[in-house]
Amino acid sequence: MLGRIRAALGGAAPLPLDVPRDYRPGGELPPGDPALVELLVDRLVDYRATVHRLAGDGATVHSGDIAARVGEILPSGCTVVIPPGLPPGWLPDGIVGVPDDGRSHEWLDTVAGVVTAATVAIAETGTIVLDGSPDQGRRVISLLPDLHVCVLRTDQVVASVPEALRRLTPGRPLTWISGPSATSDIELNRVEGVHGPRNLHVVIV
Amino acid sequence: MKTFLGTPAVAPRGVGFLRGDETFPRAARKALADPQLRRNLGHATTTIREKSGAVIAELPDWQELREAGRALKAATMSNLVELLEQLETAVTKAGGTVHWAADAHEANRIVTDLVRATGERRVIKVKSMATMEIGLNEALESAGITPVETDLAELIVQLGHDKPSHILVPAIHRNRSEIRELFLREMPGVDPSLTDDPAALAAAARRHLRETFLRTKVAVSGANFGIAETGTLAVVESEGNGRMCLTLPETLITVMGIEKVVPTWRDLEVFLQLLPRASTGERMNPYTSMWTGVTPGDGPQEFHLVLLDNGRSAVLADEVGRQALHCIRCSACLNVCPVYERAGGHAYGSVYPGPIGAVLSPQLTGVADNASLPYASSLCGACFDACPVKIDIPTLLVHLRDAVPHPMAEKVVMAAAARTMSRPRLYRAAQRAARLSRFAGRRGRGLPPPLSGWTSSRDIPAPPPQTFREWWAER
Ligand code: SF4
Repeated sequence: MLGRIRAALGGAAPLPLDVPRDYRPGGELPPGDPALVELLVDRLVDYRATVHRLAGDGATVHSGDIAARVGEILPSGCTVVIPPGLPPGWLPDGIVGVPDDGRSHEWLDTVAGVVTAATVAIAETGTIVLDGSPDQGRRVISLLPDLHVCVLRTDQVVASVPEALRRLTPGRPLTWISGPSATSDIELNRVEGVHGPRNLHVVIV
Repeated sequence: MKTFLGTPAVAPRGVGFLRGDETFPRAARKALADPQLRRNLGHATTTIREKSGAVIAELPDWQELREAGRALKAATMSNLVELLEQLETAVTKAGGTVHWAADAHEANRIVTDLVRATGERRVIKVKSMATMEIGLNEALESAGITPVETDLAELIVQLGHDKPSHILVPAIHRNRSEIRELFLREMPGVDPSLTDDPAALAAAARRHLRETFLRTKVAVSGANFGIAETGTLAVVESEGNGRMCLTLPETLITVMGIEKVVPTWRDLEVFLQLLPRASTGERMNPYTSMWTGVTPGDGPQEFHLVLLDNGRSAVLADEVGRQALHCIRCSACLNVCPVYERAGGHAYGSVYPGPIGAVLSPQLTGVADNASLPYASSLCGACFDACPVKIDIPTLLVHLRDAVPHPMAEKVVMAAAARTMSRPRLYRAAQRAARLSRFAGRRGRGLPPPLSGWTSSRDIPAPPPQTFREWWAER
């Protein structure tokens, strides 16, 4: 097959792969700039994710504040799955957090939600990327439960797609999330929650 | 491996969906007689066009991104052999297995054998143009394996034993009450009190498919990008069924056209900005999954990549026509095309409809097998302007028309048919005259100019009961 392709190309000199890139290599604002966080929030709200912003300049937010907010999002007494490396103290009392140790898909399908961290977020597109690190876990745990609480630090917010790609490690399993699962397949009416989690809560600290 | 003897191998006949049963003008006539279809299509294309225009306007560097996308695709094609070898090495190193499929038959055989080897009798599928192109579902079914389409639209198409009509919204030819009836008829255990509310219909599909996702051990997907440098595959989607298919099963088989290879990781920064804005008019599609071979403990532990030629090397051999392989399947050219909006996707007879289909299908099959498609355009140029990777579709159409083995008179007439179809006034006159011609008796001279040349060498199809103008006034 490669011979066929080579023949089709007819021995012409190959074009250089190093093409002109006159587009923006990044945004004008540095990661975590308050204006970028504003923009991200705007994008998230636009596609109807629920955004929770914790007061403070990042450094002063304590895990107790995160836990309190998570407690407001999740119904008390419910069971959620958590990645094995979720920072301690992010779950409030009254929520049962079961660390994922290779749980079955059937079980994951029954839990009320999942709480994870994130790797990077893109303000311009309202995207959150998970990369399977210990505080984010296997891909499946943020897929089967119907509610996903994602805790994001402001210093993880970059302006644009090129900046995000530079921060990511290609070999890792990556999930880019830009809104709750949606379809427009029936008469172009937007319907949320076909297969992925129907509720996405983003806690920005 | 076949020796190259000057005639490049096109996609074989008798398998897959690249050839229609009838010519474009003839098939288009049916769509023109279906007001529901035209209303749906008109609504779809207008809505997507508006959304897309708004989010494209947000990017100050859209034109620079398009130019980079164009240049990257051109460079990719001219380095295709090396890039595919690089991709194979990277995927293999990451624990995947790469297979080479020269045509639809080979690809179908490879996938069927891989599924058989798992001992499973059912696979879940995420929408993929490539697997539709090769007729994989039919091949699996004849091997006793049940393919389950998991995209809502594909599910609707599959349940209706139907063909998709739009790359992006394949079930746009069905309205909500038709979908409800389909679900009631074809979905086992569906609640009989199901309403035709889109949210209720989507929820029914969610319930219907959840069990299947949890129990099926093999998935088949396509890929939007395959990165040579890293061996990473990417699938962009909206519903989450892609994530299900790419994450839950034990075995994942991905069928990817060879033209989908992307040189480097960095190049994603171009395509991930171009595709969603041009396609669904979103700043980013809801979900994008990327995986590299096998990740221990996370997702499928067996991964196969099937690289598909099926006529692509024949396209590559034509230095002008080659551009058609740059397509990233965004469907923007469909949404701006006046001919597509009237004729609908089915008229193109191939899984690739619209302007891109008119230049890609005839090249994949050889022009003789899709001879009317290069005329399915008025050459208005809107597709070129809309294309995020700047494919010069009008020039390709003209180039392919030269290769069509038709007498000159017929070529002129087919071109005129497309032109009039895109312009209501001319079409109105021609249509009205066509209706009058019904009363001209058995020896009717056929359609008046400019359509008469076409009909004089063909049977005269029955003129549609409603003229274009009547439809136009109705909108
Ligand atoms: S030809 Fe261009 S506009 Fe048409 S689907 Fe392909 S990439 Fe999109």
